[in-house]
Amino acid sequence: MLKTIAAISTPPGEAAIAIVRLSGTNAAVIAGQIFTPFISGTSLNDLAGYRGILGKVYEGDTPVDEVVAFVYRAPKSYTGEDVVELCCHGGEYAAGKILRLLFEAGAIPAGPGEFTKRAYLNGKLDLTEAEAVMDLIGASGRSAMRAALAAKDGALGKKIGGLTARLTDWSAHIAAWCDYPEEDLIPVDPAQLAKSLREILSDMDDLLRGYDKGKIIRQGASVAILGRPNVGKSTLMNLLTGQDSSIVTHLPGTTRDVVTERINIGGIALNLLDTAGIRETDNLVEQEGVNRALAQLERADIILAVFDRSQPLKEDDIRLIGLLKDANVIAIANKTDLPPAQSEEEISGRFNQVVGLSAATGDGCEALEQAVLTALNLTGEDPASPLIANERQRLCLQESARSTQEALSAVESAQTLDAVGVCLDFALEALLSLTGERVSEAVVEQVFARFCVGK
Amino acid sequence: MEYLAGETQVAVIGAGHAGIEAAVACARLGVQTTLFSLCLDAVGNLPCNPSIGGTAKGHLVREIDALGGVMGKIADAVTIQGRMLNRGKGPAVHSPRAQVDRSAYQREVKKLVERTPNLKLRQAEIVDIRLDENGRVNAVVTDLGGICHCRAAILCTGTYLNAKTFVGSFSRASGPDGLHPANRLTDCLRRLGLPIRRFKTGTPARVHRASIDFTQLEEQPGDSPIIPFSFETLVPPVNRIHCHIAYTNADTHRIIRENIGRSAIFGGEIVGAGARYCPSIEDKITRFADKSRHQIFVEPVGLDTEEIYLQGASSSLPEDVQIAFYRSIAGFSRLEIMRCAYAIEYDCIDPLTLRPTLEFQDISGLFGAGQVNGTSGYEEAAAQGMVAGINAAYNILKESPFVLDRSSSYIGTLIDDLTTKGCSDPYRMMTSRSEYRLLLRHDNADARLTPLGREIGLIADDRWADFQKKMESIEQEIKRLRGTHIPPSETLREILVSCGTPNVSDGANLADLIRRPQIGYRDLTQVDLSRPALPPEVAEQAELEIKYEGYIRKQLVQVEQMKRLEDVLLPEDLDYSQLRGIRLEAREKLGQIRPRSLGQASRISGVNPADISVLAIHLGRR
Repeated sequence: MLKTIAAISTPPGEAAIAIVRLSGTNAAVIAGQIFTPFISGTSLNDLAGYRGILGKVYEGDTPVDEVVAFVYRAPKSYTGEDVVELCCHGGEYAAGKILRLLFEAGAIPAGPGEFTKRAYLNGKLDLTEAEAVMDLIGASGRSAMRAALAAKDGALGKKIGGLTARLTDWSAHIAAWCDYPEEDLIPVDPAQLAKSLREILSDMDDLLRGYDKGKIIRQGASVAILGRPNVGKSTLMNLLTGQDSSIVTHLPGTTRDVVTERINIGGIALNLLDTAGIRETDNLVEQEGVNRALAQLERADIILAVFDRSQPLKEDDIRLIGLLKDANVIAIANKTDLPPAQSEEEISGRFNQVVGLSAATGDGCEALEQAVLTALNLTGEDPASPLIANERQRLCLQESARSTQEALSAVESAQTLDAVGVCLDFALEALLSLTGERVSEAVVEQVFARFCVGK
Repeated sequence: MEYLAGETQVAVIGAGHAGIEAAVACARLGVQTTLFSLCLDAVGNLPCNPSIGGTAKGHLVREIDALGGVMGKIADAVTIQGRMLNRGKGPAVHSPRAQVDRSAYQREVKKLVERTPNLKLRQAEIVDIRLDENGRVNAVVTDLGGICHCRAAILCTGTYLNAKTFVGSFSRASGPDGLHPANRLTDCLRRLGLPIRRFKTGTPARVHRASIDFTQLEEQPGDSPIIPFSFETLVPPVNRIHCHIAYTNADTHRIIRENIGRSAIFGGEIVGAGARYCPSIEDKITRFADKSRHQIFVEPVGLDTEEIYLQGASSSLPEDVQIAFYRSIAGFSRLEIMRCAYAIEYDCIDPLTLRPTLEFQDISGLFGAGQVNGTSGYEEAAAQGMVAGINAAYNILKESPFVLDRSSSYIGTLIDDLTTKGCSDPYRMMTSRSEYRLLLRHDNADARLTPLGREIGLIADDRWADFQKKMESIEQEIKRLRGTHIPPSETLREILVSCGTPNVSDGANLADLIRRPQIGYRDLTQVDLSRPALPPEVAEQAELEIKYEGYIRKQLVQVEQMKRLEDVLLPEDLDYSQLRGIRLEAREKLGQIRPRSLGQASRISGVNPADISVLAIHLGRR
């Protein structure tokens, strides 16, 4: 049984829809873990071939996107295996997120041309298709190799290289210790090994966290501005963008759609999403705006929750505070140019970061910039520092971390060294696949370079 | 003057460990075989250490035995001390190793060869291999002009091709142990278009037992009982001798350092590529200057000789320096050298010109096995001999090729490494070379390979019946362990506490208990009331399969992934230079190595996954 592979099958860039494709025995099971059909009581995995169904992709309880899922059953599919195609909204966000969720649910990234390769292995390949596909894969292979070289020589390569060197050292030590039992080598000390593995794991975690930062640096963070009507959200948006992109009036409920703007704060691109004011409403159009605003809650990297400091907290404010419980929030106590009508603790007691500002005058803007960087966990970080560049690299690293964790658990539970060694090999294999090297060669080289062994 | 010296179906050139396994396997498969040796007194010689097995090598010997080969049985018959290396480091790296009586080993092997039906043993130097008009092997020619017609030939020339030995600045044309070298065959191989390389290895001095003060050495006793190599050896050998350990010291290192320029290797006389895993003492001292001492293992060469082998101290220093540095070692102050240490250089071929069947890509009917393929070690040689022998016979019997994949065995791993990656110095097997090592344990070699051996026809009926019975008992015992619940009791609590693992208040499943690293099958005897009386090897298999289940499953998934690619065979006549979409480097490598399967192709360095995808599509087009 081959593992189930997944990839975004539509070209990158803006488009109305994007397709994420899975192929493998577990395609429907894995997709079913993140996809819930609208018709209750049905499940993706129950679907026969050539069927489509509308539903939502969820991350936990959080909806990610509305999606049409098509199911193809082996052998009647492109690859000859079970295939699921998830058609989501276009752009990088939704498809990228869905792909990542699929990986977390057990799919692995498809290599260049792997769908086609499987089609071949399953005897599905249409011969007339072959030639065109081949050139395509050849080209992607060359670019993948350039990427691998970049990973090897670049700043990321240095960090990965550091991790690889430490893992290879241990693997070689265990190999030498096992392959040359009669040499008086220093025994492998489990306590030291465990300590080192913990350090390696923590470095891997840092790199993995860095990926999310790196993505923010490359693609920008999405920042949603939320608040009950007329607390000054659009004024804040206009202050930050320096132009009148939102309709600013003093009539509560004027902004009925989500307005996006791209700005730059401290070198980081922010996609600002201005939203309709959140309040209980009977107006259908307005209600739709409110719903869209609430949807931003789940999508945004940061939420700017705007409150009008010049008025006492209202019921809608309290409701919003409740909704924001688990989000990454900067509370804005707006209208500092007016006399306060609430005590400071009313807001500050409820959020990690509170910035007092006046959207009308611009006072407090710098404090907001700092707060945004803090919320993105980017303070003190050089935005150009080495980072994981893509999902494949992230997955390799995550796989490596998982096997390192298994090796650590094996050491901690006093498992024998051969089992530990196998876990370390898995960890190394995942890391080395980033640079195209192979494990056993690397380890054997190390054994002979570092240890005086042999009869 | 040439004359017709008769005919045979397979000619095996060289009667070392590769040649013996190859010839015996061929003959047992019903093929008329002739085994040629330069000297019939050197059949099955152990020109280096008087031992068989060791890490990963022990695995090879057990695999050879599981397939129906001879090395394990002979070694068991002449073992004078046995040890299981790496106890405590996990079952995957447990490796049996035996000190053997060198002359007894040769005697037993020669007897077996002489008594094997379909097999002739002949003393002769083969100087030429002739091909018919289709480029297929059809004769070998001896130095005396005898033309022996054959359908296939297996090169097992060991370290004899153009061999040259070195002691300091002294060198001479010689094989190991002063035996005659084979000086004419290399030219023939060149004419056949095989790329010739030169490798080097070395051996330490043999010294007189009475000149050693054993009171100053550490004793190294054997195991009791000894685990034999052969799954058919019912009465395990017993320990007849002790080995000892000596240590070099600062004085030894000084003497060597002061005379390093007089070493043949450092003096530049030797051009061959030396084995990294088998460094000479001068190598060790130069490369690892911070190490204050090196071990030397003091190993008797046999029961009826006073010769002692000094493992770990091979050298190509001049004899006077050898005497001085050996005597600087505690316990060796009055050491008498009987045969001095020497380095040896020999011709070999590039294994990338071989198929995984060990037949040369371009010469139909010509096979290579052992050191001539660039490996080192008796066990590596025997493993290849086995595979070359079976394939030479199959070639004649028109059976489809016999290829072991990496996940089946160390033998498969060894041959895949050789024919896919090649080697730039003599190749030694190591457990770390196998990505499947938790599956490829020495203890389950029979489960992995005996069914194949049976299929080939090298496993007799009674052995096959015993094997099936053993597998059945293992399966039953695993099932029983999984299905047996042990209720809580004071005895159970005591066992768990004494093993240093938490108590279980509600009792526990036997398999769950065995899975704990601290607890062994044997620890649970008192509470396992339904336990049947089982042979220890059956209980051991059941225990290991359960204990390492999680890791084993992980490796099996790996195997499954690889299998899909291994199963797609590549046509032999594929012209890689004409393939669109594959990078130039990959096309060149593929053309040179001509992999047998997509799996093998995927392991070639310089061939990336995109190249494999393109290759897969090309296959679809054909």
